[in-house]
Amino acid sequence: MYRGREGMWSWIFHRMSGIGVLLFLFIHIVDTALIGWGPEVYNAVTRIYHEWTIFRFLQFLLIAAVLYHSFNGVRILMIDFWPKGYQYQRQMFYGAMALTLLALLPTGYFLLGPVFGLQVR
Amino acid sequence: MSLAERAIQRRPGTNFELWSWYYFRISGVLLLFLALGHVYIMHIATPIEQVDYAFVAARYARPFWRTYDLVLLLLAMSHGVNGMRLIIHDYVRPRGWRVFAHSVLYSAALIFTVLGALVILTFQPVET
Repeated sequence: MYRGREGMWSWIFHRMSGIGVLLFLFIHIVDTALIGWGPEVYNAVTRIYHEWTIFRFLQFLLIAAVLYHSFNGVRILMIDFWPKGYQYQRQMFYGAMALTLLALLPTGYFLLGPVFGLQVR
Repeated sequence: MSLAERAIQRRPGTNFELWSWYYFRISGVLLLFLALGHVYIMHIATPIEQVDYAFVAARYARPFWRTYDLVLLLLAMSHGVNGMRLIIHDYVRPRGWRVFAHSVLYSAALIFTVLGALVILTFQPVET
């Protein structure tokens, strides 16, 4: 069995997060298109995003995917265009992970705080 | 040899995959700013509870935000579909199924891109 360690996991996470974000893009085009049916319909849609707890968690997952895909994308650029990049691919994987978790802190606070009864704004 | 098979066999002879490789990186750098900017605006700068019809109407009163969203839509869709094209190529081995999967992907991408672009370009708010 192939055990590519950090390089393999970064690649698997990059694919999974990419598929997830593309899937959401399709959903997001549909929910946005419902704005053509007027304020009642569109506000009912956005209320689902705001009020349903499961949607809060899904949005948190979505943002986690976008952040990881972004930071690991920078890692890929560094491997490709910085001559020494490949020597640090492992460290940059942990760097991308750390930046993702760090950026998720404020997101999690604002998005999930209210779910746990926090007054966030 | 069918048309579809010839289309697949032509690939390695052209620079298509090289351009695809560059396109991932160029669109990726732009998306780094546009997509993360979009997330920041919608989730951090604005409390998401305020994102509703009136918010979009005010936002789309300015052509800048329509342009921003249109560029984001086109870049995200093309970047994502290009990725999905490679994933299908990797995991769907039988030729017929691969052509079928790619066809479904490109059709969905076209339909959803047109729908998204129409909404961004033609939305006119009603008085609330």
